[in-house]
Amino acid sequence: MERSFIARNPSVLIFLAILSLFTFGVTVLSEGFGIGLISTSFVKTLGKTLCLCLIAVAMDLVWGFAGILSLGHFAFFGLGGYMIGMWLMYERTRLIVAESLAQGDIPPTAAEVTDAIGNQIFGVVGSSEFPLIWAFADSLALQLALVVLVPGVLALLFGWLAFRSRVTGVYLSILTQAMTLALALYLFQNDSGLRGNNGLSGLQNLPGVSAPQSVVSVWFLWASAAALGLGFLLAAWLVSGKFGSVVRGIRDNEARVRFLGYSVEVYKLAVFTLTACIAAIAGALYYPQAGIINPEEMAPIASIYLAVWVAIGGRGRLYGAVIGAAFVSLLSTWFTGGQAPDVSLGFYTIKWVDWWQVLLGVSFVLVTLFAPQGIGGLFDLWARRRADRHGADLGPDDGALREKEASQ
Amino acid sequence: MLRLFLAGLALLCACMTASAQETALQPVLQAHQAAILKSSRKTIQPAIDAIAASGLPQAQTMLESWAAKDMWMRKADGYFFAGAKGEGGSYVLTDFDSGETVGSFDKSALKQLKPNSGVRALIATALVQFQLSDPDRAKRLAALESIARDPEASLLAPLRASIGGEADAQIKAQKQRLERLLTIGYDADTAARVAAIADMSGDLGLDVRAALNPLVVTTRQAAKSLPEDANLAAVLTPGSDELPKDQAYDLLVENNLAVPRVSADAIRVALADNIEGGRVGGVPLAQLSAEDGRSRAYAALAAEGKVPPLVTTADMDAALGAHVFFDTYAEPAAEVTAAAETALDQIALKVGMNQTLDLTLDAVSLASIYFLAAIGLAITFGVMGVINMAHGEFIMMGAYTGYVVQQIIPDHTLSIIVAIPMAFAVTFAMGVAMERLVIRWLYARPLETLLATFGISIALQQLAKNIFGTQARPLTAPGWLDGAWVLNDVVSISYIRIAIFVLALTFLGLFLFIMKRTRLGLEMRAVTQNPRMAGSMGINPGRVNMLTFGLGSGIAGIAGVAIGLFAKVTSDLGNDYIVQSFMTVVVGGVGNIWGALAGAGMIGFLQKGIEWANPSNTLAAQTYMIIFIIIFIQFRPRGIIALKGRAAGD
Amino acid sequence: MSTLLEVSGVSVSFDGFRAINNLSFRIADAELRAVIGPNGAGKTTFMDIITGKTRPDEGRVIWGEKSVSLLRMSEAAIAQAGIGRKFQKPTVFEDQTVQENLLMALKNTRGWLGVLFYRPNPEDLDRVAELAEEIGLKDALRRKSGELSHGQKQWLEIGMLLAQEPRLLLVDEPAAGMTPQEREHTTDLLVQAARTRAVVVVEHDMEFVRRLNCKVTVLHEGSVLAEGSLDHVTSNQDVIDVYLGR
Repeated sequence: MERSFIARNPSVLIFLAILSLFTFGVTVLSEGFGIGLISTSFVKTLGKTLCLCLIAVAMDLVWGFAGILSLGHFAFFGLGGYMIGMWLMYERTRLIVAESLAQGDIPPTAAEVTDAIGNQIFGVVGSSEFPLIWAFADSLALQLALVVLVPGVLALLFGWLAFRSRVTGVYLSILTQAMTLALALYLFQNDSGLRGNNGLSGLQNLPGVSAPQSVVSVWFLWASAAALGLGFLLAAWLVSGKFGSVVRGIRDNEARVRFLGYSVEVYKLAVFTLTACIAAIAGALYYPQAGIINPEEMAPIASIYLAVWVAIGGRGRLYGAVIGAAFVSLLSTWFTGGQAPDVSLGFYTIKWVDWWQVLLGVSFVLVTLFAPQGIGGLFDLWARRRADRHGADLGPDDGALREKEASQ
Repeated sequence: MLRLFLAGLALLCACMTASAQETALQPVLQAHQAAILKSSRKTIQPAIDAIAASGLPQAQTMLESWAAKDMWMRKADGYFFAGAKGEGGSYVLTDFDSGETVGSFDKSALKQLKPNSGVRALIATALVQFQLSDPDRAKRLAALESIARDPEASLLAPLRASIGGEADAQIKAQKQRLERLLTIGYDADTAARVAAIADMSGDLGLDVRAALNPLVVTTRQAAKSLPEDANLAAVLTPGSDELPKDQAYDLLVENNLAVPRVSADAIRVALADNIEGGRVGGVPLAQLSAEDGRSRAYAALAAEGKVPPLVTTADMDAALGAHVFFDTYAEPAAEVTAAAETALDQIALKVGMNQTLDLTLDAVSLASIYFLAAIGLAITFGVMGVINMAHGEFIMMGAYTGYVVQQIIPDHTLSIIVAIPMAFAVTFAMGVAMERLVIRWLYARPLETLLATFGISIALQQLAKNIFGTQARPLTAPGWLDGAWVLNDVVSISYIRIAIFVLALTFLGLFLFIMKRTRLGLEMRAVTQNPRMAGSMGINPGRVNMLTFGLGSGIAGIAGVAIGLFAKVTSDLGNDYIVQSFMTVVVGGVGNIWGALAGAGMIGFLQKGIEWANPSNTLAAQTYMIIFIIIFIQFRPRGIIALKGRAAGD
Repeated sequence: MSTLLEVSGVSVSFDGFRAINNLSFRIADAELRAVIGPNGAGKTTFMDIITGKTRPDEGRVIWGEKSVSLLRMSEAAIAQAGIGRKFQKPTVFEDQTVQENLLMALKNTRGWLGVLFYRPNPEDLDRVAELAEEIGLKDALRRKSGELSHGQKQWLEIGMLLAQEPRLLLVDEPAAGMTPQEREHTTDLLVQAARTRAVVVVEHDMEFVRRLNCKVTVLHEGSVLAEGSLDHVTSNQDVIDVYLGR
């Protein structure tokens, strides 16, 4: 107890070292800053993967530690993307519009500029008016604040409603899934004010920046790596102290924690909201690298995949979540991108583009059944030799709580 | 009514007297020879009237030949015959009266009559009275249909004339109905029209509304003062909700009663045209980026007379004050429009009531679909506490089973009868396999069951995609399920939906039977309430769980066949139902079939209700419904029908 | 001795079944009380009502000198007001060490921000060590509590309760599944605890109750059947009929 935070959590230091090494390596190999061994699009893929790792850390906090299987964190991720996307799209369109209007004989009025931007952005959904939610789109600072505020407030509101009525377990999961579906369906509408199913596009172009994509991509990689590092540090700090104790207690036996005098709802709400904010930041970094965001991204399935990554990586340990997200999403890119070689069985050729999902689904079942600790469990084999291990275990396999949950 | 009937009778008598007088058509034709030869729309009417009035059966043939340009005149005597092309450029003529061939003539001895389209239209109208009395029932119906499609004032008289002689009761009713509708639109007598409107005011038919609606069409007009003779619908004040000032002014401009306003674009163009040395009307260009600068510059230009002056608000108000604005009916008779408005109001009320009924039926059928989709889930989730994310995929598998069966058995009725047990068997087997291999290892870990079954779900979806492809596969309903049960023009419900409703009821009954009357049901209830105790009483909980899961999955399969009948069978069919199914179970209350029923009912009605309130946007309806459910959970966290006390656990 | 907790006229029913029927009960500061009764007498529901888990249909539950009603308070608030509860099954956080368990229970700020920035100070650690000594787990501080034996878990839970420094302790069948030695230790712990606070013990085992040597309340069908010393109640004919006679 008396030792420093880092000393108690050596995995944090190791993680940060590996992350910096990775970032440095990619920078050196990139087109923009190094010898060009890694293509710009792959740099973007790696940057996006780092963002996915960050949201996986958030998911691990809320699920692996607090026991709330949220099937809605990708909604917060998407909302974060939308918030930053609004500024990117507005500002870029404004620059283009201002330039083209400046060609005219008469200098444009402010209203004319706004109308022209509105036409450019919303023409695709048959409108030209700026919806109310775009009120702050002209200010980077405000929109950056909204990246955290909008998902945060949504999470707070939803969490307050859900936790207040003591919805737990699978009920809560279904409720979060319903929330995600509702949000995605809402955004699919053309009059939602966020361009319906067209989504926001052209986000990879930073307004007012003339640097080529090869350079910008590395910038984003750095930003994503920094965010992941900070997020990991924050998460590790959160779970290492008494707060972590209480949160894990809630996961294992909510009623007991309540009778100890802790207001379980407040803790859950704090974790839920905080992780929603982390997810939103991850999304705000992800979508400028992806270039486009549309409501499809926020479909409930995405959030379930997130749970899959964390489960495969090993929940209840932060590095497990990171490993799971990186491993599965990169593997998924590899398989679905058609890079994996087909397997010929003589009578049938397995095309991985078609069969990857089957493989993922089946391996997911196998991991749940036979390796509930996920990939991270492998580290235990190594760590078990050290007498003073501190990696948090997954919790009781057949503890009192589980039995009770099952009998509900 | 009586008066009209008498009028029709009189007309009929007139026809009969005419037929008594005339025995041959040729004399009639000869009497109007000149008009027929040089036929034009303006002059031909008396001739056609005379032919029609002759009442001779051959008149119909004659008119048809004429309209078809098959009537020829023999130049020698000016007689008219039906001609058909014979050998070597000659034409075989047939006498209209006797129907006998009179011989073959060279084309040079004949003159073909080619009525223009205007005349042909008149002929067609005249023909209607013959067709309406045609001995062939189908022809009479066709004539009625053509009148209903294109009603005209001129058709009213022949229609009335034909009612009295109509023997077929059904056609007679149709004729009478059509006569009323034509009377509304075209009768010269205002009182008759008002009477006809009153007759039809309780009718829900679309044709009635189609007849009434044109009567109440209004046009918005502006003038210096109100016209004396017009049938006014309303007098409007500019600036009111119905007529904002801008619109009123635009109306004046349209009618050349005011000068057009200068649009912002026009100002911009005018300013751009008048740039002089970096200034416009003395205002530097830089200042033109503000509205204020622009109006100053434009005012300066207008003062120089270079551009039309700006219309100010005061100008607009003055112009508006000098005019009156009003809506006029196209229909001149005020009694008729008033009667039509009243009738339409009555009809709207009735339509509203019927629409409510229709909506209710819709909601019931949606609820039965949700119930069907959710009942399996209610069993596995409610009874066993296991959440099955692959439930949607079981529905999909059921639908694909139906599709495969239909490939083998082409007869649709038989294939559905085979498909239902087949679907049950396939998904039951799948469910049992899943329970044995995966779920039973995870009973203590419900959240992990959720994830494992999700893994199965994505694997099954992709497998289906690999086997059946991504395009939708048809599952065709048997012919006797096609169509709909039509109550009136507003309320109708398709037979498929009725069948699904019946199916849902059947399953409710079946489920209750299994739970309450069979050994399996007893064991299921025992295991639900206390697995350990049940185990010690000799019940094998493993077997019961397996069968329960199989049963839930099997019902999902049957639901799949039912859903496949009206939805496209694709690999992600299940996705569309899974969330609603969960919602149904959660809202209704877990562990209770009545809960699932109540949940399905509530969600079905809610969704239809929201769609009705906001018909343009079904996506938003889903959003609002889910938000509602989330809020609902606040007040009844355990669903509508909740287990209370210790049994509910905490 | 002033009244610490007063329950009066409380009734609650589940689906028509009246689990608690016009129950009245009071306990003073620093009093040890045993509650006995046959299965289904409403012992657990009685505790649920006091700790806020179950809301009664009618009746009053009044707490402390200020006579606060507990009925409107959440479980957490009631626990903070000074009522600790031990469940029938040992419920400790098996994933965490004994020390972490005790630290979590230690009387300290319960607000999430306070907890977030809380770092254990020497006094707290000393107190934890002291408690561990008391419950006989001094050497097991760094062990995961999941590795402890059943009896040790029970003690740890009692230790956690003591760490909460409650004014009223509700203990549900503490001796279930314990060896005779362990029972003895448990009795000592409870008697010790009752010197400074009120303790209510729900128990089946008459031998255990006898050893506690305190006033006994007998519950039957949701209401108090008899109250007094063990000898007094065991000689009561009603009690013999419904409980002991079987």
